[in-house]
Amino acid sequence: MNIDINFLGILIGAIMASSVPLILAASGELITERSGVLNLGVEGMMIIGAISGFALMVITDNLFLAIIGSMLSGLLLSLIFGFLTQSLLTNHVATGLALTIFGIGLSAMIGKDFVGIPGKEFPLLFVNLKEVIPLFGPIFFGHSIVFYFAFLLPFGTNYFLKKTKIGLIVRAVGDSPISAANQGINVLLVRYCCILYGGAMCGLGGAYLSLIYTPQWIENMTAGRGWIALALVVFATWSPLKVLVGAIIFGGITILQLHMQAMGIRIPVQFLSALPYIMTIVVLVIISRDSRKIKLNTPTSLGQIFYKEK
Amino acid sequence: MYKYFLRLLASVLLLLGFSMSANAEFKVGFVYVGPTGDHGWTYQHDEGRKAVEAAGIKTTYVESVPEGADAERVIRQLAQSGHDLIFTTSFGYMDPTNKVAKDFPNVKFEHATGYKREHSNVSTYSARFYEGRTLLGHMAGKMTKTNVIGYIASFPIPEVIRGINAMTLAAQKVNPNIKTKIVWVFTWYDPGKESEAAQALIDQGADIIMQHTDSTAPVQVAEKAGVWSFGQASDMQRFAPKSILTSIIDDWAPYYVERSIAARDGTWKQQNTWHGLKEGMVAMAPYNSAMGSGLVKEVEKLQKDLASGKAHSFTGPIYDQKGNLLVAEGKVADDGMLAGMSVYVKGVEGDIPK
Repeated sequence: MNIDINFLGILIGAIMASSVPLILAASGELITERSGVLNLGVEGMMIIGAISGFALMVITDNLFLAIIGSMLSGLLLSLIFGFLTQSLLTNHVATGLALTIFGIGLSAMIGKDFVGIPGKEFPLLFVNLKEVIPLFGPIFFGHSIVFYFAFLLPFGTNYFLKKTKIGLIVRAVGDSPISAANQGINVLLVRYCCILYGGAMCGLGGAYLSLIYTPQWIENMTAGRGWIALALVVFATWSPLKVLVGAIIFGGITILQLHMQAMGIRIPVQFLSALPYIMTIVVLVIISRDSRKIKLNTPTSLGQIFYKEK
Repeated sequence: MYKYFLRLLASVLLLLGFSMSANAEFKVGFVYVGPTGDHGWTYQHDEGRKAVEAAGIKTTYVESVPEGADAERVIRQLAQSGHDLIFTTSFGYMDPTNKVAKDFPNVKFEHATGYKREHSNVSTYSARFYEGRTLLGHMAGKMTKTNVIGYIASFPIPEVIRGINAMTLAAQKVNPNIKTKIVWVFTWYDPGKESEAAQALIDQGADIIMQHTDSTAPVQVAEKAGVWSFGQASDMQRFAPKSILTSIIDDWAPYYVERSIAARDGTWKQQNTWHGLKEGMVAMAPYNSAMGSGLVKEVEKLQKDLASGKAHSFTGPIYDQKGNLLVAEGKVADDGMLAGMSVYVKGVEGDIPK
């Protein structure tokens, strides 16, 4: 076992890269949920983002358009969800589940013509710094722009929810839509915006997989990451920074256990495979023990149908 | 009232007509474990299905069916809806296939890579992929500089262990210093996880990446890292043009066509098929010229010898990890031993997950 400092840097860099789709999707879903809407369609929106991004990349040969398109397609899918749950007052859970199933099916259908086309090299930033600085070089440099965006996002989300007026409005809507409405807040509008934002972030998370992480399109390539993102939001008790911690732990242990296997460390492999799930839950439960804070962060009206009498 | 009665009668007749026509036409069903667009295992089975269709036989398929309880439901559904022959194309469909076969004695079942034929209407078939692995091992042993071969394994079943062993034995023969490092990912198909496993192996010094999983992600990681790799199930060359030395190709089409025609014509009989390079069920994609014409010629000769039976992937003496003799000198492993293989040969690192 040879752990030199550079290898450690590469390892941590790989761990952070693998947690990017989780951070993006979970941060988006977090805003949606903080407004009181439970959208279980994360997996569906991610996979739609993945195929739209990849398809646009192939058709237009423009990665910028591909990234924007993936966010728009995630947004469009979430618009369906928003219309059903907010305007037609359908059940959040059932609609979200249907959205996931719909997204997976639709992406497979769109994707039929895009299977087997190799992806394009995504431009990485600060590649030369990566080699120069030991340890920190491979951790912080030589990544895609989406990577940096993803790691700033939880801090931005935290600031938005805690320090801005619109953030306060979102929280108010999530806690008590009736009181918010009585204060003259347009609950429907706020929730629509939060749903659309969540959809766009999930779409971006999917595109990260199909354009940057494993540049190709294959059916079902998100392979359950949407569900993990959903679980992260709950176990992180709706706190953006804890979502970040959870995503890194999950990505980290997933990769570490593969390394441990490759090193030949003799721990039962099944245990190692289960480890990311166990550790993420354990750590998040430990760091969110404060029940007062949980209460503060939990959107009280989560998943409840809101209907304002006119 | 009379009007309603007429409508009812019409719909009943219509339904009858549908079910009659459903019964009359010979239909073949396929159950896939992954999506047909995986460009690997399921993709190749679907190519086989298309060949059956081209032979003028109607087919249907259900893709991405999880192994286990869901599989039984899907297989039963196919049997109920008038399919006469059903191919179930993953190891984990073994018990569900036999269970459903018991209830539908008039439907024929073909299960891939399994060994249970509990009823007379169940056949099993598989390909001797390990022959391909032997060729891969030979190339890997010759091409590696670090003497570390990285192997992404899916589930600890004989099929996968056999591949690891065949590869290791062949690599040892040309390079006694090689080590096989294995990462178990416990999935047939998860591009993200497969690529992380490939990266972990490369970080651990492997300069050859081999996979027993179905997506093209590992070869792409290998291409990026500048190490050698091998495609799995179908020709993955275009995903990693520089890195891929060759791919093992599963060619199910001739078998599927033959069995479907036999079932239609009433000559179908229960059997256990295990075809390899000789019959063409296992084929090799074009060899990468980057390994030099000398090595290409060597491998081509070995391929011919394996096909003709002059060479065998498991020729003694073979020892397991603890040094127990598995196959004596001058002997080759018989099919029974191959089918139930559950130990690593000497030179493989780590334990088999239990």
